[in-house]
Amino acid sequence: MPITYTSQEQVEVYRFHPLTAVLVPLGALFLQAFLPRHFHFFFLFDLPLLVVIFFSVARRSQVAGLLTGSLIGLLQDALTHQPIGMYGIAKTVVGYGASSLGAKLDIENVGARFLVTLFFYAVHEIVYFAVARGLVKLTLEWSWGHEIGGALLNAATAAILFTLLDRLKQRA
Amino acid sequence: MSRYRNVTFLVAILFVQVLGLAVQVKRSGAGEHTRVIRLWTVSAVSPLEKALLWFQNGVGNIWSNYVYLRGVRQENRDLKFEIERLRLEQVRLSDDAQQARRLQALLGFRETYIAKTVAAQVIGTSGSEQSRSIYIDKGTSAGVDKDMAVITADGLVGKVLRAFGSTSQVLLINDQSSGVGVILDKTRLQGVIKGTAAGEVILEKVMTDEQVSPGDRIVTSGGDQIFPKGITVGTVMKVSPGADLFLNIRVKPSASLSRLEEVLVITKKEDRPPSVADSNSVRAVDILTQRLPSVPDKPAADTTQAPDTTKPAAAAPKPQGQAGVNTPAGPSTVQAAKPASSQTAVAPKKASQTAKPAASAPAPAPAPGGSQPASSQPSTGDQPH
Repeated sequence: MPITYTSQEQVEVYRFHPLTAVLVPLGALFLQAFLPRHFHFFFLFDLPLLVVIFFSVARRSQVAGLLTGSLIGLLQDALTHQPIGMYGIAKTVVGYGASSLGAKLDIENVGARFLVTLFFYAVHEIVYFAVARGLVKLTLEWSWGHEIGGALLNAATAAILFTLLDRLKQRA
Repeated sequence: MSRYRNVTFLVAILFVQVLGLAVQVKRSGAGEHTRVIRLWTVSAVSPLEKALLWFQNGVGNIWSNYVYLRGVRQENRDLKFEIERLRLEQVRLSDDAQQARRLQALLGFRETYIAKTVAAQVIGTSGSEQSRSIYIDKGTSAGVDKDMAVITADGLVGKVLRAFGSTSQVLLINDQSSGVGVILDKTRLQGVIKGTAAGEVILEKVMTDEQVSPGDRIVTSGGDQIFPKGITVGTVMKVSPGADLFLNIRVKPSASLSRLEEVLVITKKEDRPPSVADSNSVRAVDILTQRLPSVPDKPAADTTQAPDTTKPAAAAPKPQGQAGVNTPAGPSTVQAAKPASSQTAVAPKKASQTAKPAASAPAPAPAPGGSQPASSQPSTGDQPH
């Protein structure tokens, strides 16, 4: 049973140690910037996005989710040379959506996490492209193969990564 | 009202970000300042990158310098042969270069010289495919500043976009917001190199009636006032008719942009007429020749086989030999190797100077950059190999 509908009372809410809340997103940003230097294919991954989904789903608070997404997205923007806010907006939407979903559904097993990440990766890319083209007037090319490959790769990574990050959860 | 609290909060956060984006897009270009959030993020991430790279290099050096030495003897022998071949070629090229410079000096040409470079290591990327930029471990404290050209031995890499205290962001030539004034080496046609969204490099502004063929070499034109003239950018890969009377030309960059490890930042350029007696500056192309391996001690048998012009090189002091195959040449080895090779270049020219009136005017000069004092070009000494 990959995704279970649960009532608000049944859903478990988690919190994280302040150090975890700071170091995990920073670690994701660091790996995202460092690893493509050695492995060019790593550009396909979006570790900050996976962290946003994980924290948002676990906290199950929409405000916390959108703030997490917004902050991580803005930091990711700061590493690029493009205007700050493109990843910020995309990840704010994802953070809000993931926390809303987390509040309604119990997404604790591998299959559910794979599907949820697949969905939110698509949402993230659509919002990012819309902002980049509509607001910043960048000429980005939408490649279905690239996007589907990226979605599958990130979803598979999320299934493994979330299991590891589960150990850092604390019951609220 | 509390029912819509979260949605209101979402809309407010999105509105602030959209507003911020709009302001940035409107202000982009003219006097854009580095935002505090960029400074904080880079300051948080780059020390980790530097530390990891330092550790990685340490382990790599132990492995390559002490453990894994298989085939080094054979490699050393092959490299010695290669150096001999290159030395002979350098004699010929250097003579041509001297002649060209004398002519340029006579015609009153002005050329941009590379006066100073800083070697830097690539520590990270932007982490996004939409932003093709890298971070290097040198910043304003090392003299790096915005809009300085960045090169490797293979060719042009890009320009410094932002310089922080000990880190800089470099925009690669395959980013869609970059632009480089170039010239086709063979036909002398001018154009502009740009990146595409897919990370490819294209040559723009070349009319369809011009003759461009795959394999043509492209170098910087120097017209953009950022990149010095003569730096190799790449070669033409594919030519096809494009829109609006312009050709669609795909270019293969000479530098491997996805595997960059070390780069040179051109921190100082000088614009002055070329002189054969000039020994304080090197041209853009000359800085690249400095990265050739230094010349080792010549065996006695070789001196008898080689022409007379190589004798001064054979008499060059120890530092040449010290620059082993696996040992990076330090400042002394680079400086020491060059005068030796430059003497080989001067030897045949001295004879011709007596016959040519043009040659008699300026004093004979060594190979460019070779006889530079260490003080005039301090940073080239620690160029990575």
